[in-house]
Amino acid sequence: MIIYGVAALAACHLAGVILGDLLGVLLGVQSNVGGVGFAMLLLIVATDWMRRTGRLPKLTEQGVLFWSAMYIPIVVAMAAQQNVVAALAGGPIAVIAGVGATLACVALVPVVARIGGQDAPLPPALAQEA
Amino acid sequence: MDIAELLAKNGLVFAFVVVGVVMWVSYQLSDRLSAGRLHGSAVAIIIGLVLAWIGGTMTGGTKGIADVPLFAGIGLMGGAMLRDLAIVSTAYGVDMREIRKAGAAGVASLVLGICVSFIVGAAVAAAFGYTDAVSMATIGGGAATYIVGPVTGTALGASSEVIALSVAAGLLKAVLVMIGTPFVAPLIGLNNPKSAMAFGGLMGTTSGVAGGLAATDKRLVPYGAMTATFYTGLGCLMGPSLIYLALLAVTGG
Repeated sequence: MIIYGVAALAACHLAGVILGDLLGVLLGVQSNVGGVGFAMLLLIVATDWMRRTGRLPKLTEQGVLFWSAMYIPIVVAMAAQQNVVAALAGGPIAVIAGVGATLACVALVPVVARIGGQDAPLPPALAQEA
Repeated sequence: MDIAELLAKNGLVFAFVVVGVVMWVSYQLSDRLSAGRLHGSAVAIIIGLVLAWIGGTMTGGTKGIADVPLFAGIGLMGGAMLRDLAIVSTAYGVDMREIRKAGAAGVASLVLGICVSFIVGAAVAAAFGYTDAVSMATIGGGAATYIVGPVTGTALGASSEVIALSVAAGLLKAVLVMIGTPFVAPLIGLNNPKSAMAFGGLMGTTSGVAGGLAATDKRLVPYGAMTATFYTGLGCLMGPSLIYLALLAVTGG
């Protein structure tokens, strides 16, 4: 059933966020530390186990794939509720600090990506599934 | 029967229609005007940001178009809850070996990304006359993300004016990453899982990375999101402690 896939995804999401909050409390930080990342790792491990033990039929899988396909529309909705007005109203300090930090970090991507050997690019994408 | 009231009552359902229309228009524009060179999703995100600006200007609120009652459903659809659920779902089918292989680069990108953002932000703050360690750390935190800035500022007792500046810097970074990523991707080799993990850790803004990678190549999303999700927490940990102490030593305060 499709709901099994959705439920597995949701359970991983919640377990990950709880872990992230616990880690935040342990570190004494007023923020979630890596919750979504833990949730992703849990989903990878859980679905791999389900697949190997034959607990992941096509329909169950579709419960996860639906949300994955909704990712870009959800991100568009996220963009539509950013505080763009405040972002543009910060004056020169905010602009230079924001733009400067972004550029400096972008420039470091190729440097860091080379740690432990360079990777080959992904093959060209097939027809847009998004 | 008031149609607007009916649509507001069915906010989330109406949001699906609105976003569906935005997606359709965006893919048409992408095909017709740029011959597919600028991704449809990139166009859609830019339209989303324009809508956010219109909404913010109209209402004076902080949540873009979602502050207009008719479009409140956009707030639920694109809010942290469903956004994070969708991000987690993109990890489905990811190869664990790719993540392990990029582990060292991922950790390095996080530490480097946080430190460089703080340094740039603090330097800009000092250049504009905010030479005390508290203000420098707060604006530096804003250059990291719009959450690290206020958390650092609140912990250190920064003025509300400085905290507002730090939020603006962080918001600008998020918007910039959303729009700019597809354009810089070819220049920085952002085309494989490992570079995506480095990118996520260096940029750190979850919404920026989520939007920027979506507009570049959706297959890179899980890798970038994986590292970005640790960034804000680490930044909130390092900002009021290590980085503040380092700035205190530098400024001699």
